[in-house]
Amino acid sequence: MLGLGADRLRADMNRLLAFLFHQGILDEQYLQLQQLQDESSPNFVSEVVNIYFHESEKLLRNLRSLLMDREFSDYKKMGIHLNQFMGSSSSIGAKRVRNVCVAFRAASEQNNRAGCLRALELLEHEYCFLKNKLHELFQIEQQRVLAVGVRYPMQN
Amino acid sequence: MGLKQQQSHHHSVAVKVNEQMGTKRGYTFIQANRAWLPKFLLLWVMVMAFLSTWIYKKMDADNKVRRKEVLSSMCDQRARMLQDQFSVSVNHVHALAILVSTFHYYKNPSAIDQETFAEYTARTAFERPLLSGVAYAERVINSEREKFERQHGWTIKTMEKEPSPIRDEYAPVIFSQETVSYIESLDMMSGEEDRENILRARATGKAVLTSPFRLLGSHHLGVVLTFPVYKSKLPPTPTVEERIEATAGYLGGAFDVESLVENLLGQLAGNQEILVNVYDVTNPSDPLIMYGHQNQDGDLALLHESKLDFGDPFRRHQMICRYHQKAPTSWTALTTAFLFFVICLLVGYILYGAAIHIVKVEDDFHEMQELKVRAEAADVAKSQQFLATVSHEIRTPMNGILGMLALLLDTDLSSTQRDYAQTAQVCGKALITLINEVLDRAKIEAGKLELETVPFNLRSILDDVLSLFSEKSRNKDVELAVFVSDKVPAMVKGDPGRFRQIITNLVGNSVKFTERGHIFVKVHLAENAKPMVDAKGETCLNGGSDEGLLISGARQFKTLSGYEAADERNSWDSFKHLVADEESRYDASINMTVADEASENVTLMVSVEDTGIGIPLIAQDRVFMPFMQADSSTSRNYGGTGIGLSITKCLVELMGGHISFISRPQVGSTFSFTAVFGRCRKVPYSDAKKSNAEDLPSGFRGLKAIVVDGKPVRAAVTRYHLKRLGILVEVASSVKIAASACGKNGSSCGSKIQPDIILVEKDSWLSGEDGSLSFRMMDWKQNGHVFKLPKMTLLATNITNAELEKAKAAGFADTTIMKPMRASMVAACLHQVLGIGKKRQAGKDMPNGSSVLQSLLCGKKILVVDDNMVNRRVAAGALKKFGAAVECAESGKAALKLLQLPHSFDACFMDIQMPEMDGFEATRRIRKMESQANEQMNGGLDEGSARKGEWHVPILAMTADVIHATYDECLKCGMDGYVSKPFEEENLYQAVAKFFIAKPISDS
Repeated sequence: MLGLGADRLRADMNRLLAFLFHQGILDEQYLQLQQLQDESSPNFVSEVVNIYFHESEKLLRNLRSLLMDREFSDYKKMGIHLNQFMGSSSSIGAKRVRNVCVAFRAASEQNNRAGCLRALELLEHEYCFLKNKLHELFQIEQQRVLAVGVRYPMQN
Repeated sequence: MGLKQQQSHHHSVAVKVNEQMGTKRGYTFIQANRAWLPKFLLLWVMVMAFLSTWIYKKMDADNKVRRKEVLSSMCDQRARMLQDQFSVSVNHVHALAILVSTFHYYKNPSAIDQETFAEYTARTAFERPLLSGVAYAERVINSEREKFERQHGWTIKTMEKEPSPIRDEYAPVIFSQETVSYIESLDMMSGEEDRENILRARATGKAVLTSPFRLLGSHHLGVVLTFPVYKSKLPPTPTVEERIEATAGYLGGAFDVESLVENLLGQLAGNQEILVNVYDVTNPSDPLIMYGHQNQDGDLALLHESKLDFGDPFRRHQMICRYHQKAPTSWTALTTAFLFFVICLLVGYILYGAAIHIVKVEDDFHEMQELKVRAEAADVAKSQQFLATVSHEIRTPMNGILGMLALLLDTDLSSTQRDYAQTAQVCGKALITLINEVLDRAKIEAGKLELETVPFNLRSILDDVLSLFSEKSRNKDVELAVFVSDKVPAMVKGDPGRFRQIITNLVGNSVKFTERGHIFVKVHLAENAKPMVDAKGETCLNGGSDEGLLISGARQFKTLSGYEAADERNSWDSFKHLVADEESRYDASINMTVADEASENVTLMVSVEDTGIGIPLIAQDRVFMPFMQADSSTSRNYGGTGIGLSITKCLVELMGGHISFISRPQVGSTFSFTAVFGRCRKVPYSDAKKSNAEDLPSGFRGLKAIVVDGKPVRAAVTRYHLKRLGILVEVASSVKIAASACGKNGSSCGSKIQPDIILVEKDSWLSGEDGSLSFRMMDWKQNGHVFKLPKMTLLATNITNAELEKAKAAGFADTTIMKPMRASMVAACLHQVLGIGKKRQAGKDMPNGSSVLQSLLCGKKILVVDDNMVNRRVAAGALKKFGAAVECAESGKAALKLLQLPHSFDACFMDIQMPEMDGFEATRRIRKMESQANEQMNGGLDEGSARKGEWHVPILAMTADVIHATYDECLKCGMDGYVSKPFEEENLYQAVAKFFIAKPISDS
């Protein structure tokens, strides 16, 4: 069962990745990231992505608190946060998140509070979606690694 | 430098155009005085108001004068009439007085009694229309009163009808007209007025008048006229006493002035208009009114006085006339003035309105102009932004594709697969280049494009471009060839990328629009152009005894492919002069180059000739306009955006040259442009190698070849390519000649060249006698020459399998050299044919493989500065993959700390956008630090410092934004280059190669 699972899991993973690419959630930068992973740094991708999650959650919190400050929103600070978010998103190839960031930044540059709020909602949504999908991906990956690790002598 | 100047000139032209635009916006007179317009209007209105008042006044004054004249004439007329009538009456009363004196006193007994008098006066009343009645009063002295009273039978009564008191004298009325019969027996002397009158009358002997008073009967105002009647004839000049003595009685009559004047006025026209007053002004201080009402209101402003002389010298009268009504307001004058004012006002307003309108229109115009400029600027900016964004968006996936292809090429592939993959990679790169070109267009429009000046090899670039189009041209069976004059230096300084872009554009266009014939790129020095033209004339004189023309017969042009070209300058007639000229000067060229190199720049003339569909005449003048194609069907049939030529034009102008073309529809087009390049001063070989130097194998040097080609131009091209490989070339126009040449050479034991290879143009071979060549060859072989047989190779644009078989049978080598020729390809083919050293130059043709990158980066210590943890990690991961030792810093400050001298970092990758201290600032500080250290070191007179060089750690900017963080901004603050983020292998390689190639060489 487990041995058979490895191929299936790989197929699943590819399907999921294909889906993510097709939907424009990820772009080829993610593949580049995967290429950087080798024997010397076996968990490179998940490491980077976890840093990304950590940073992003902090940024999202900051953004939300900045926007919730009713009478005064520090758009400049928001811009800085968004630049960071954008940078890290493009680094891991989170294309849709990055695009939303661009829109968000445009709204914040115009001091458009309503637009900012809308963008923030969207950003949180996209981010959650991305996070879920990537978690799923890592889970499959983990299972696959486990499956590959198990060798049944009767196979082959 | 020259290019820079050129560019600044270009900018200044743009500025000048703007200035011209500025001066064109001149202000008109109206515009200049716009602030005065309301004041002008006010002034105008005031002047017009003044003028119309003046008009009114003048007209009014005229009216008044006329009115006054009318009044005075009327008044005078009335006065005269009154006077006349009065004097008529007075005369008659005078006559009556005489009548009384004659018939009452001179006749005795009296002929007149009351009855007679009454009748007479009644019957002559018409003569005295002004007198209400006449009466005669006798002078009675008091002593005679009783006698008189007795005689008449009544007593003398006073005016109050009472018996008169006793006086000195009485004047009782004895005769009276019937109308005034009531005064009979009344004593006239009892009335104050009458008494005075009587006294005056008898003293003067003339008619006298009383002052006006109310008459007894009618209560009208009137005067009483009194005449003295004398008893005896008076002496001629009687004294007053004599008169009084002679007085017998008094004839009196009452003038009813009121009814008199009324009657009189009634007879006259214009009675209603004027008001007439008659005054007795005997006492000037107290005028007594005789007629008219004292307080009657009339026009008090205007009156006319007329003197009246009623014959009494004692009394003076006058008539005063006034208008009944005040002078009516002169409507005509008023209306005229008002209308005049209104018209002027309207005219003024119209003028004002027009001026305001003009001002407004001009303002609008200027505003529109400004808006237009701004809109255009915005349009440019927008399109630029759009292009930048879009290109960036396209670039990203393209990088993916290229990366994958690069990875694919790293794997084990069969040669076919590798070929496919390589082609795909090349095409992808071309696409990226294209995108960059689109970006360039935006940059050119913004005037931001600057040209590089680096040494490069023109010939290899031309080869590259041609190879790019070789597939297409081959499919279309179009000959593609390039020829570079020998005098063009091997290395020139300029912008290779832009030059390639220009050539690519032009050749690309030609390929697109050419279905048959050839495309020919020719480069020579611009100075050669003139001799060529001269040469043309010369050949005409010579009569053009070329064989080629005769052989091909029919309709053949001496161009590359034999098709007619638009510009005859490339045909053999002139071309051979260029070639011949070169050859003749070849020996002298060594000397020449010395002279040539004295000049800093070299101007090249490049022409791209095709035999395509040409450009319709109507479209020829807008060829260089962006997005303009010959007609709309063009883009349907051939695709393309029409942006290429406009970019090309801009680039050519930036290179200090100009572009022009000659085109004949259905014949072809020839685009030619000039460009100024810097001359390369004997560059060190290693340096030249760095840029795309021509790295041709040198294994062919000294070989000899014969090119068999009926078309001299094509032969020259072939020769040019072979020459570059160091092969000595002879040209033969046909197989026969070649063979004979070979034979001859053979027999004369190689006194001249013994060809190692014979290159035969396919056309020449096919047109020549089949197989005859091979027979000759056989002959030659049998003749016992044991030399190595010259290899025979076919040159072709396109070849079918059948033809290939035939060629093989005829003794040609397996490998056909496919056109378009380029030196490296020819070299490869010759390798195959001749079997010379099969060694592949492995490392060189894959300079951007990751292995190279690995070798570059391996063991290097690199600092990555980025505030974004994810980016930092990814960058570190990427660099680690290539074997670099990576250290990270999360802020500019941390980086500064780590880069305190001395440090062991080989390079630093610096993010630009960072909070607190951005990449620019950090770099600036690092550079400052380094310069300080360097100064100290130099100051310390190199006290054994191991590193001879200066501190200068290469800093590369990392940026996600392509358009914003421009290269110069990075350079300005001391950075050495930039890589885009996220990392792309190629990009990284390009940036890193600059430092790490040079370094190992200089270090070791």
